[in-house]
Order: sequence, then C-alpha cells, then structure tokens
Amino acid sequence: MEKQLLTLTVNGQPYELYINPKTLLVEVIRDHIGLTGTKRGCSTVSCGSCTVMLNGMAVKSCSILAMQAEGAQVTTIEGLEQTGELAPIQKAFIDHGAFQCGFCTSGMIMTAQALLDENPNPTEWEIREGIEGNICRCTGYNSIVRAIDATAKGNYKEV
Amino acid sequence: MTTTSLATTKFTVINTHVHNIDGVAKVTGRATYTFDVKLPNMLYGKILRSPHPHAKILKIDYSKALEFPGVVGVVTGKEDTLGVKQGIWRRYQDLCDEQILPLDKVRYIGEPVAAVAALTEDIAEQALDLIEVDYEVLPAVYEPMDAIKKEAPEIHEGFERNINVTRHIEWGDVDEAFEEAEYIREDWFKVGGQHHVSMETRAAVSDYTPDGKLTIYHSNQSPYYLQALMAGVLGMREGDVRVISHYVGGAFGGKFELDGAIFCSAVLSKKLKRPVKIIYTREEDFIASKRRTPMFYYVRTGVKKDGTFLAREAKVFTNGGAYTGMGATALYLTGFFHSFPYRWRGYRYDGYRVYTNTLPSTSMRGFGAPQAMFTSEQQIEWIAADLGLDPIEMRRKNSHYPGYEVPGQARIESCGIDQCYDEIQKWIKEKGKLPENRAIGISACGFMTGGIFNWFDTPYAFSAAMVTINQDGTVELYVGAQDMGQGSNTTLAIICAETLGVKMEDIKLHASDTDHCPPDLGAWGSRQTLMTGNAVKMAAEDAKKQLLEFAYAHAHIVSKTGLNIVYDLDIKDRWVHNVARPERGVDYSELVKIALRGKEGQKIVGRGFYTPHRKGMISPAYSYMLQGVEVEIDEETGKIRLIDSLTAHDCGQPINHLGLIGQLEGAFSMAAGYGYLEYMPFEDGQLMNPNLVDYKMIRATEMPPTAVAEIDTYEPEGPYGAKEAGEGLTNPTAAAIGNAIFHRFGVQMKENPIRPEMILNALKEKKEQKKSGKKNK
Repeated sequence: MEKQLLTLTVNGQPYELYINPKTLLVEVIRDHIGLTGTKRGCSTVSCGSCTVMLNGMAVKSCSILAMQAEGAQVTTIEGLEQTGELAPIQKAFIDHGAFQCGFCTSGMIMTAQALLDENPNPTEWEIREGIEGNICRCTGYNSIVRAIDATAKGNYKEV
Repeated sequence: MTTTSLATTKFTVINTHVHNIDGVAKVTGRATYTFDVKLPNMLYGKILRSPHPHAKILKIDYSKALEFPGVVGVVTGKEDTLGVKQGIWRRYQDLCDEQILPLDKVRYIGEPVAAVAALTEDIAEQALDLIEVDYEVLPAVYEPMDAIKKEAPEIHEGFERNINVTRHIEWGDVDEAFEEAEYIREDWFKVGGQHHVSMETRAAVSDYTPDGKLTIYHSNQSPYYLQALMAGVLGMREGDVRVISHYVGGAFGGKFELDGAIFCSAVLSKKLKRPVKIIYTREEDFIASKRRTPMFYYVRTGVKKDGTFLAREAKVFTNGGAYTGMGATALYLTGFFHSFPYRWRGYRYDGYRVYTNTLPSTSMRGFGAPQAMFTSEQQIEWIAADLGLDPIEMRRKNSHYPGYEVPGQARIESCGIDQCYDEIQKWIKEKGKLPENRAIGISACGFMTGGIFNWFDTPYAFSAAMVTINQDGTVELYVGAQDMGQGSNTTLAIICAETLGVKMEDIKLHASDTDHCPPDLGAWGSRQTLMTGNAVKMAAEDAKKQLLEFAYAHAHIVSKTGLNIVYDLDIKDRWVHNVARPERGVDYSELVKIALRGKEGQKIVGRGFYTPHRKGMISPAYSYMLQGVEVEIDEETGKIRLIDSLTAHDCGQPINHLGLIGQLEGAFSMAAGYGYLEYMPFEDGQLMNPNLVDYKMIRATEMPPTAVAEIDTYEPEGPYGAKEAGEGLTNPTAAAIGNAIFHRFGVQMKENPIRPEMILNALKEKKEQKKSGKKNK
C-alpha cells in the first residue's frame, strides 16, 4: 500500500511521517516516534494500556488508525511532566502505591488525567466508571481510585 | 528525626510510608520492559502453532516461507532443536517432558511447531501461512476423568492411564479417626482453571553473538532459573547465558518456566547470530502459555457433634494439560494446604495429576491452595450449618496455634489466626442486619513463606545478597530476587536501609541481571521477603559490623569521650552513635571515610545468604488470614456484586507498608475473579475465550472497599519477624463468595467460577425440591 504523509503533534513536538495508512496510532507512537511509555496489552481494545490523549480526550491508541490523528494534538505519558517536574497525578500514583508491575500505568494515568480534565471533582463512582476501560491485573484498583481522588482534592498541586 | 528519639525508635524505615523505588520509572513511562527492548540489527520472530489437540507431525515444509522477501530464517524441532526436552523439575528427568519445538507430536492446540525470524513482525506473521505441515490427527482427550480411563488415548509414552504424577500425604490413623466421628460429610467439587493474564504478555529478545555468549531480555520471575534452563536446553555453560529482566509486566506464577518466546527467540538467534524478538499476542498468551490447574476434588470430613475436627480424606484429579511444568508442585501443595489452617487427628490426601490434550496447567498465585480452600472452606461452612454450630467458633477451636506441629510435616512458629477470627467477628457485628439480598461469607487459610523442596536441584544458596558502600555513604545492594510488580525491590531496599542505618535514598538496588547479581531462586512461593530478605539483612549486618569496628577504634570521635566497654555503638538514620547516649555521635558518611582509609582504600563489602535448614521440607514459616466478603446477589439474574470486604491478616512484621496494602488488595481482586468471573471454557481442546473481551476479570467498578486488619505477630525465622503477604490471600476468597451465597439462599456452589446460571439453576432446583417435598408429604 502506498505510504501517506501524516502530520501530527505529539507532546508539543511536530512530526511529519510517511506511513502505511493501515498503521495504528499506537504503532506510530511506539515504533515510528519511539515513545515506548505507551504499552499494548491486547488487540481487542479491551485493556486500555495504550491510552493516550487525543486533543484532550482519552483514546485507546490501538483503536484508531494513525491517519485519523492527522493534525491532532497527542499527549502520551512522556508528555505529562513539565520540565522534569512530575504532574500531580503522577505524584499521587507514587504516594498511594497506585501501580505494581507498571505495565498498565501509563494508560491508566492518561485515562485519569483526561477524566480529571473533564470532571475536576469526580465522585468515587465517577472515578471507577472513568477507569473501567483500563485493566490493572495487579492492584485491585482501589489505590488508583484513592490516588485520583487525592489529585482531584488538590493534594499534589504545586505549593 | 531528632537524635535523642533514636533510643526509643524501633524502626526508622520499616513499615513507614516508603514509596516504591521504581515509582518514578513506572509513572513516567521510563521503565523499559522486554516488550520495549529494541537492539541494533534485530529481527522479529513469530511462532507457528498446532491447530490440533493431538497429532503426529509427519512433515514440515517451510521452503516457501524461507523464500518470502524479508524472511531470514526458520527453525523446527527436527532440524534445530532435535527433540531436546525441558522441564523445571530438573531433579526428576521423566518430568522434564516438554519439547518446545516438538520432533514428531503435538499435544495441545497452540503448541509451537516452527518459528520464523524476519525483518518485521508483519513479514514473520505472513510467512507462517507459507509453512506447510502434514499432520496425522490422533484421538484426543480433554478431561482428567476421561483421560484416566483404560481406553483413553495415550498422550505421553509410558504413563499408564495418562497419570503424570501422584502425591500422597498422610498422618495419624485416619480410619480410626473417622470411626470416632459422629458426623461425616462428603462432597465432590469441580474447581476451575484461571489464566495469569499478566498485562505484559510473554516476551523475549535473545541476542546470541559469535563469541558464544547469549544475552536474553525476558519477562520472567526468576532470572536465575531462566539462565540455568536456557543453558541446559542449548548445551551452553550457565555462565555464558545472561538473563536480564529489569521490569516485568506481571507474572503471578506464570513466568518462571521456559516459554515459547524465550526458547524460540534463542534458538533463532543462535542460528542466525542476530538479535530476535518474540512478543506473544494476547491470544497466543491465552492459548499457549499455561494456567492455574483445574481440579476435581473429593472431600470427606469427619467431626464430633460439638464441631471438633477429627479426620479428613481428599482425593484429587487434576487437569494437567499436555505437560508437567510446575504442576507437580501444585499437586503437592493443594493437598498440604487443604488441611490448613486446622488440626486433624488423621489426614489423608491422594492427588493424581492427569495429562490431557489441553493447555498445560502450572503454578499460579496460591499454587494449588485456592482450589483447596474453595472446597475445604465451603464444606466446613456446610458442616457447621448441618450441626447448628457457629462457623467462626467451630473454625477457631480447630485452628493452628503458635507452636503447633502439623504431624511430621511442619512446625508452626508464629500464628495469628485466633486474632483474625476476633477481627472478622467485630466486622460482622458492626454491620448489623443486612438488606435481604445480601449476605456475608467468610473463609480462612494459611500459606507458606517460600518453598524448601529443591526440585530445581540448585547447588547455590536459595538466596544471596551483597552490599558495598561508596565513599559518600551511598549503598549498592545486589540481589538475585525479581520484582515483577509485587514490590520486592522496595522491600529489600527497606531491609537494607533499616539494617545498615541509612536512608532509603542511599540505597541503589541492582537486580534482574544474572551477570551482575548473585543467584537466587526468584519470585515464587512467597519466598523473597523472608529468604532474600534474610540474605540482605545478613549482608547489611556484615557491612555494618565492619563499619562499626572502625567506629569502636575511633570511639573518641563518635562518642566524644572514651567509650566504656559496657556501651555499644549503632547506626540509625545515618547517625553513628552511642546507644545509651544517642545525641553523642557522628555522621555516617564520616565513618565511611574513616573506614575506607583504614582499609587502604578498599570498599566495605558485606555478604549474606540464606537457605532454610531444620524447617521441614515445605516452608520455613506460615502466614494466616481470614477473608470476609459481603455479597449482593440478584435473584432474577443470578448476578453477583461484591459490596464490602475485610481481610484479617497475619504476615508477621510488615516491612513495606504501601506494598503490603497493594498486595492484599491485588490478591483480593484476582481471587474474587477466580470466585465468580474468570472462566476458561474449552471445546474439543480449544479455549473459547482467548481475549480480554470474553475473559472477564474484576474491573474498577466491580471492586469493593478492601479494609485490612493487620495482626501483630513476630516470625522468628523471618527478617525482623516478617513472613508471607500477597500470595496467600488469593486462596480464601472464592470460598468466601460461595459461603455468602450459601447463607443467602441455602444453595451449595460446588463449581467455580460461580456463574449466574449456576446460581439460577441451584435456585430452580431448590424450588423444585421444595415442591416435590411438599407433594410427598
């Protein structure tokens, strides 16, 4: 298949890539751009390990073609830090032990960040529903819920 | 911390709010898993798998695949691995029964048949379609009760009735104890399998270089095992194989044997002298890794009318699948833990592991005990109901206690189960009356803290550690333990920091690389906190003793005056001080510089190791716990919802507070999934739901609150009194859910996962029985 030009912005950096139009967004992020913080845990859009933000919305990057992100602003886990300072949600995950093996963590944090951007004061149930599309095999989710809740309450904002 | 408070502070690091030392790497995407490894000149491998549950391989023709543009090489059993057999029970050759690329026969759907390496994963995948394999399909058998029949097809030559392993455990006069029993109950159970579903699927990158060295990046839970096993199958020296597994995306008992990814990538790399990466798709991971062992369980229990336990007999037939793996250990442990946490005057267990033409079964978190507890803890609940006794008090009066000896098997040192009963009773009482559609179920269990049985036949100590101290006081800690998410890196760093008397940020931990770390059996059987922890403690004590020798020699600097011989010195929180007068001291880094000068510039090096001795053949220590679950059941749909839970838990002295809570919550979610969601149906040897859409697991909306009541005990064999946490809690939960259903409806769940249709059928049956009972009257 003839390659096509894809222009998109990832973590604030512009990229121009020639890709097979069948390439998934997750493949562009991981294999073409080399940002391996984004993971893949299934091929059925079930686990959420590949979640990134696309124009501010949480999207499972295995569920869309990279060409659908033409002109879009993509944020991956690598884009959350600002000049070496962890984002509040990242600090909260560390402080609450909201990860174990860490393989789902990038996707989980991106989902959580998008959730908080959209709903800064979620109830516990809204948090649970918000991360329902992300599987974590290790933690049992409750530490993740606590971390997101504490972030929403402003506990990890810069002083 | 003020220096004067040091005299009264028991711990400065242990059981405080310590962050996971891998946290920054894991929350920023910096952690590099095998899945992410990319080496120069690397090829991508794919595995051709058997579509048949049982067949002879007559011929493999891969010539077309080899001609396909971008394909670099193909390997098969006949040409490359020549029937080399492998297994993790190295002490018993007949249990090393698996050829990962078989010479002439496949025994389950998904078994590797050939492997291709190509420039891209896509090309390798396409090339698989070009490999032509002629099979002669053989009759197959899928269930153990069918496979033990005389007329069943033979799966492995020389194993009569397909019985792979048997295990017998017995103590006391069982028959006499049954004769004394005033009430006897027997039940059959069908206990399910479960998939590990590690979020990182099986993954390996092998790099064989022309100097005869092999480096493997591999997602596993015991780098030393993998190093030794790979050396064995490739005919190499262990020292020429290096295994690296810095970050592992979950394992849960499924990643300490050879798998197709590591084996095929290494064989391809050795042939082609280029790095080869193989990543399993989720479907491959489901159909061709391994699983928790499904079991048929017969349980007969004899008690006195007052609820005193006398005798128990269990017969178990397990679905071993096509190969042994770690299944032989699971067969033993299910029988042993089936007796826990109770005292039986007579106990007899006979286990039969049966080969079938299905996905092999092996170890998974809990290691045979979840199956045992699903049967035991429900039957005990039913016995209490049959006799009109309080199920908690009946359990309590028959439970282990500190100093109890499981006859001829194990001596229990610390045991906090009695206090666990108190905590659960308090929790139930506080709840008061529940809504009509809810009920509480409880379940007890005990579990091991590391296995002693040395089936791997290693000449090394079970665990070892080394500590070196840099001139600025920072510490290099080398361990062979493996962190697969459970947090052992952090726990071991805590033990090191506490023992040496430094801060967490002083510790740099080195693990997961066989070239640079001492051999260790790795992460299985809940062994690392106790075994590696003891080795780390010993190594840190060794280093500290060497430091303190210089402190005593320069006591005037440390204590500011001459030191009376009755006083001693210690280091805590980086402060070297007189224990009796902690305000008199000197900064630890100053002492390090004095010691370095005194040793003519050589670094301080501390060494430690641990192998259990005089602790029986099972485990050096046992944890105890009680799981309480409040369950809501929809009578119309049979759907289960978990409302609340309490875990009463005795793990000795907690070391890593955040890690412990995480382990207990995580174990609960996996165990609850085993109880009512995680189902592996097979049809003609084919797994029907090999994906994360149809294989249901607990998600955030299904998880109830998880309160934990830690019981304060001290285990003399463990570092600072610590023992197992995080695996044992996978055991009781399925039975607790079953018991809640029993209390809600009076129906008995003898199969798991407990699915809605099972509850509805049981309710229907009960209704019909009631009706016909009325008619008969």
